[in-house]
Amino acid sequence: MITLGGPTKRVRWRVLNDWGVRVGAIMLLIVVGIAFFGSLLSSQSPYETAGIPGASPGGGHLLGLDFEGRDVLARLLHGGSSTIILATTATIVLYVVAISVGLLAGYSKSVIDPLLMRGVDVLLSVPSLLVMLLFITGLGSSKPVLVLAAVIVLFPGAARIVRSATLEVSTRGFVEAAVARGENTVAILRREVLPNIIPPIVADLGLRFSWSIILIASVNFLGLGIKPPSPDWGVMISENLVTLSSNPWAVIAPALMIGLLIIAVNLMGDGVVRQLGTSGAGR
Amino acid sequence: MTSHDQLALELHEIRIELSNGACVVDGVTFSVRAGEIVGLVGESGSGKTTTALSIFGYTGSGLRCVGGEVVLAGETLDTPASFRRARGRLASYVPQNPGTALNPSLRIGAAIDDIINDHRHDQERRTRLLQSVELPGDRQFALRFPHQLSGGQQQRVCIAGAIAKKPSLVVLDEPTTGLDVITQDRILKELLRLRDEEHVAMLYITHDLAVAAQIADTIAVMYAGELVEFGPAAQVLRDPRHPYTRGLMASTPDHARGRKLEVMKGAAVGVGERPAGCSFAPRCQQATVLCASEHPSLNAEIPGRLVRCPEWRHTPPMKWSQESYVTDEQRRSDPLPTVLDVEHLRVEYPGRRSASVAVENVSFQLERSGCVALVGESGSGKTTIARVVAGLHPIASGRVILDGAPMADYARKRTIEQRRRVQIVFQNPVEALNPRYSVEAAIARPAHLLRGLNAKEANAEVARLLEAVRLPASLAKRYPRELSGGECQRVAIARALAASPDVLVCDEVTSALDVSVQAVVLDLLRELRTELGLAILFITHDLGVVATVADRVLVLQHGIICEENTTHSILSDPQHDYTKALLAAAPSLSASIEAWESGTGLRSLDEALLGGES
Repeated sequence: MITLGGPTKRVRWRVLNDWGVRVGAIMLLIVVGIAFFGSLLSSQSPYETAGIPGASPGGGHLLGLDFEGRDVLARLLHGGSSTIILATTATIVLYVVAISVGLLAGYSKSVIDPLLMRGVDVLLSVPSLLVMLLFITGLGSSKPVLVLAAVIVLFPGAARIVRSATLEVSTRGFVEAAVARGENTVAILRREVLPNIIPPIVADLGLRFSWSIILIASVNFLGLGIKPPSPDWGVMISENLVTLSSNPWAVIAPALMIGLLIIAVNLMGDGVVRQLGTSGAGR
Repeated sequence: MTSHDQLALELHEIRIELSNGACVVDGVTFSVRAGEIVGLVGESGSGKTTTALSIFGYTGSGLRCVGGEVVLAGETLDTPASFRRARGRLASYVPQNPGTALNPSLRIGAAIDDIINDHRHDQERRTRLLQSVELPGDRQFALRFPHQLSGGQQQRVCIAGAIAKKPSLVVLDEPTTGLDVITQDRILKELLRLRDEEHVAMLYITHDLAVAAQIADTIAVMYAGELVEFGPAAQVLRDPRHPYTRGLMASTPDHARGRKLEVMKGAAVGVGERPAGCSFAPRCQQATVLCASEHPSLNAEIPGRLVRCPEWRHTPPMKWSQESYVTDEQRRSDPLPTVLDVEHLRVEYPGRRSASVAVENVSFQLERSGCVALVGESGSGKTTIARVVAGLHPIASGRVILDGAPMADYARKRTIEQRRRVQIVFQNPVEALNPRYSVEAAIARPAHLLRGLNAKEANAEVARLLEAVRLPASLAKRYPRELSGGECQRVAIARALAASPDVLVCDEVTSALDVSVQAVVLDLLRELRTELGLAILFITHDLGVVATVADRVLVLQHGIICEENTTHSILSDPQHDYTKALLAAAPSLSASIEAWESGTGLRSLDEALLGGES
């Protein structure tokens, strides 16, 4: 293989220099840092009752106490990792499946395409939260089921994006040239098509990741995902609604964390597209 | 309407810059008389469209007009409001692509009504207008949508819209570039008729000197944002004085006089990289030391003409070699072995109910170092044949035989040796290369895959091939977006050559390129044939190109060969009516010049203009 030299580095450098990527990355580092290493900083237990339920901030409790009198800050510092791990796993699994299916459907131009796409249409026609709840009630609320349900809900849209980008790229001269020199399908998809559909996928990735966070947080909010008393940002929002008037921070803080996470990921995704999009295919 | 002695358009010192101050159009001054067609000629990036749009007070995004004056039919336009009032009334515009210029959701009648700004649906006026461009003016036609018309009809509708308000000037921006030659010929005749009968003044923008010769009374040649030569068409083209005009002519293929094209060295300078002296000096054969430092001004030493070259007396005259068809000379007495043999080929496209036949009973042979051209209009099946030979489309019946062995339909099913020996180059050079791989990676891939070369050998091969396609070795590390169209196409040819093929299928490889770049590519292909014994299957719609490259020609119509013969016979003595029609319609620079010389030119007005203002 010939190594890719100079200009690729320039692209990388350009991406890293983009303001959106930089701001997004800093935000992401902060939120992820809090989610994974915050627990090391907290001196208090996220499970033990420390005072009057719904107490406002003060007296050693920076964000006050929650509806059961537990320290909100401690729960916030412990409760991020589960959502982030679940959403990330869901997004990765989602894209592994969606890219394979989308590439195959878009490139093959055979019976596979209409079959796959009509299946996708059926999935699209059902409300996403309903599908998720159906899965959870049917299969129980373990973490793998949560991931699987999120993947199934998000799969149709992602597969469509990949397929339409593939359709456009696969009629181009360089793909035909590869066909004419007898490259096998996997090589064509990997070498010729995939690198050129990265920009639309990255743009979509940010959105899908946000969606999976929202989905998982919503399921947790409804009390069907991660069960209390485990600390989780989604669960925290729902359970502390009862003490919203006395200590709003117990709701605002986890909501803010989820919001920051979503904004960070999308800023980065948009930034990457801004830098790649001009030189790449598919826009 | 304007009176005859009035100027339809005067442009004074138009200067248009990019926002960073780089000059796109630099001090263009010329005028168009009533009833005159001025051909504005230049290659892509020369600023011809930008100049034309300035007439409408419009600059593309990122551009601004920093100086100059536009006078339309005596009215000086200086404010946005005055430009707005002039659009349509004093000057109108016919764009390059009629398909995208017409609103697809408006019926033709409604579109025309919109332009004549008449919502009382004055059917009579509309009918007259449509009939004036030889379209049916009936209600049935007015109710059609743009997609129900052919490209030629769409362009006629655009022209009808442009002349609707009887403007003093119509600007036509490459109006026939996307059309077939026969349609193009009809449109050109229509424009000439409009000029003669309605005295419409036109500014005709084109990259094709042969078209300009056919239609223009006056030629304006632009290079790097400047006017380099201006004068009556008959004078300029019979005796070009600027070396660039001459270079363009020498690199324009001509079916009436097949010849080896002369290649201009170097490439056109881009915006912002124009040299201090003459913009053309780096490519000029007759440049002196002064040319590199001093910017030449337009001189009027020849009466009635303007030339931006101090050395204009030294521009050699255009040579039209009398012995035509260089390729015929190269034919040896002993026949060369046949490499590719296509037998009774039939190709179908699957349809909803029944398959439609794209190619029917096509047979031909291709000899070693020979070149067979497939000629025809769009939809004639020529590209389909190219795809079949390259293994990209299935055969319904018939055989494609390489060196005695029939090949499978699809490339995947062919032997690696067969795949290596047949290579294809596509029409669109920019899409032909994967934007994510460097030139080096693109060229090395077939060498590795089809010839089993390892990375080191492939790298050496890349260097050798870049040299073979006359590109500097430094290009190897670049990416397609960093190359020009011509460079991309040469890289695509190098990639095909990396397999060291015996047969090269060239599908309209030069139609997306400028003429000077086309000359380079055609010259390269000619040399590769003799150097490597490469056999070429050349697909094109351009008979001029055919005269330059091919030994034999197959004329295709609706998927059937209607005539087959040597290039010389086809072009000098066509038998089939369709071939005759194609040849009659194809514009030829030398034919126009001959017509002027023998005084049989159709342009009566032309002579009047030559004689000055009398």
